[in-house]
Amino acid sequence: MSEEEDIFRIVKDPKDHTDLPRTEITDCPSHLMNKTGSWRTLRPIVDKEKCIECGICWKFCPDVSIEVKEGEGAVVDYDFCKGCGICAKECPVDAIDMEKEADYV
Amino acid sequence: MSETRIVSGNFAAAYGAKLSRVEVVAAYPITPQTEVVEKIAELVADGEMDAEYIKVESEHSAMAACIAASNTGARAYTASSAHGLALMHEMLMWAAGARLPVVMTNINRAMGPPWSVWADHHDTLAQKGTGQMQFFCENNQEVLDSVIMAFKICEDEEIMLPAMVVEDAFILSHTKEPVEIYDQELVDDFLPPYDPDYKIDVDQPLGFGSLGMPDWYMDFRYKKAQAFEKTPEKIQEVNKEFKEVFGRDPGGLIEEYKTDGVDVLIVTMGSISSTSKDVIDELRDEGHNVGLARLRTFRPFPVEQFREITKGVNVVGVLDRNYTFGHGGDAAREIKDALYGHRDLILKDYIVGLGGRDLTPKILKKVMLDAISLQDKGLDKEIEWVDLRADRKKWRG
Ligand code: SF4
Ligand code: SF4
Repeated sequence: MSEEEDIFRIVKDPKDHTDLPRTEITDCPSHLMNKTGSWRTLRPIVDKEKCIECGICWKFCPDVSIEVKEGEGAVVDYDFCKGCGICAKECPVDAIDMEKEADYV
Repeated sequence: MSETRIVSGNFAAAYGAKLSRVEVVAAYPITPQTEVVEKIAELVADGEMDAEYIKVESEHSAMAACIAASNTGARAYTASSAHGLALMHEMLMWAAGARLPVVMTNINRAMGPPWSVWADHHDTLAQKGTGQMQFFCENNQEVLDSVIMAFKICEDEEIMLPAMVVEDAFILSHTKEPVEIYDQELVDDFLPPYDPDYKIDVDQPLGFGSLGMPDWYMDFRYKKAQAFEKTPEKIQEVNKEFKEVFGRDPGGLIEEYKTDGVDVLIVTMGSISSTSKDVIDELRDEGHNVGLARLRTFRPFPVEQFREITKGVNVVGVLDRNYTFGHGGDAAREIKDALYGHRDLILKDYIVGLGGRDLTPKILKKVMLDAISLQDKGLDKEIEWVDLRADRKKWRG
């Protein structure tokens, strides 16, 4: 979806200012559609064997891109993860490794 | 029942917020504003006011919290002064751009250095480009009235913009006057609950504050500019309604005091206006054909009104309690702007009372007599600083 369509979903096909809402209000979930994970240069890889499901990475991820699922451990949402490495830094058992994104694309 | 109490300008602001049934107050204390938010904290703690009171770590955060609250459909209020207001600058722009009707009180105080806590309009006027409406109050009753009115104007669906109700440090903020505190029901009838069409709602998610690409940014800004252009009319409309309901006229955009057919027009803002009106009376008794215009809204600037009241006027003397480096007094500049191509007259800018320097009737009379004298001698200088220590004889002698 193009940036423009994303902004104006609340009004379909605006022609000029007369069609616009009073300010930039968009239909949600605009940001779920605009996937921003492509900015990433490093990719967090979770070692399921090591993960103790403590939830610390979930708490610290600034982009709400980790979920901790029972039996599965920490699961990263690569559509949005920016590869900042905070989860890897905070994990108390070093279950997360940051690897080169280039190796995965 | 309405009741009259003897309260400071700061308490008048707090009672204005209470009567407006504000739902979220986020503030950081700064002299001389502290009492406003202290009083509100007390009213909330005592259960007299049903609001969320959020203590924040800075004025920037205070306005950010008000913006978020307003986005959820809550009526939000804050107060600040001088350096606190300056720190809020970015968020003042955001509130306006996001079309959120947050109302705040600013206590006009000089910017440092030199460090000062006294009256000066520079802090407020430095925010004139942020998209906030600005109401300059003359007395404590007007502070209370203006807070209530501001919410009504701001929340109008055609407007949806923020406003600042401003009062002079100490002269109003800490001076007690009789103020009528209206009956809550009367205010409730005048000011219905805030209920915007778009708001943050988990059941109906929307995104706020998206990116505007160059293709669309200007069109959005134009749309916002159009809303701001409607504010003069809306203010006058609400002013009229306020007068009908509460029996009091806060002054609309500009208050005219004995301006009919005058040769010399004096322009003031804020608390010096009442002293100046006395001086005008004295000068008129002495045979001078002089009147006063009190500039109540600096934003929107009453351009049309200035063109109207300067018909037939020879001299306009503007008393600016502010000074911008490389620019001069703000009110004089804006009046010149408004009159360009419309009026051929003498306009002199008097820089007065900076950092709380006292403006006695005697000094004000000298200023007005100077303006009157320009009719014969012509303009001597465009800007004159009044009552500098170097020429006290001229103004106090
Ligand atoms: S790398 Fe950063 S963005 Fe990605 S999951 Fe970890 S904390 Fe979240
Ligand atoms: S912080 Fe480490 S151990 Fe805890 S849930 Fe996340 S990956 Fe698993």
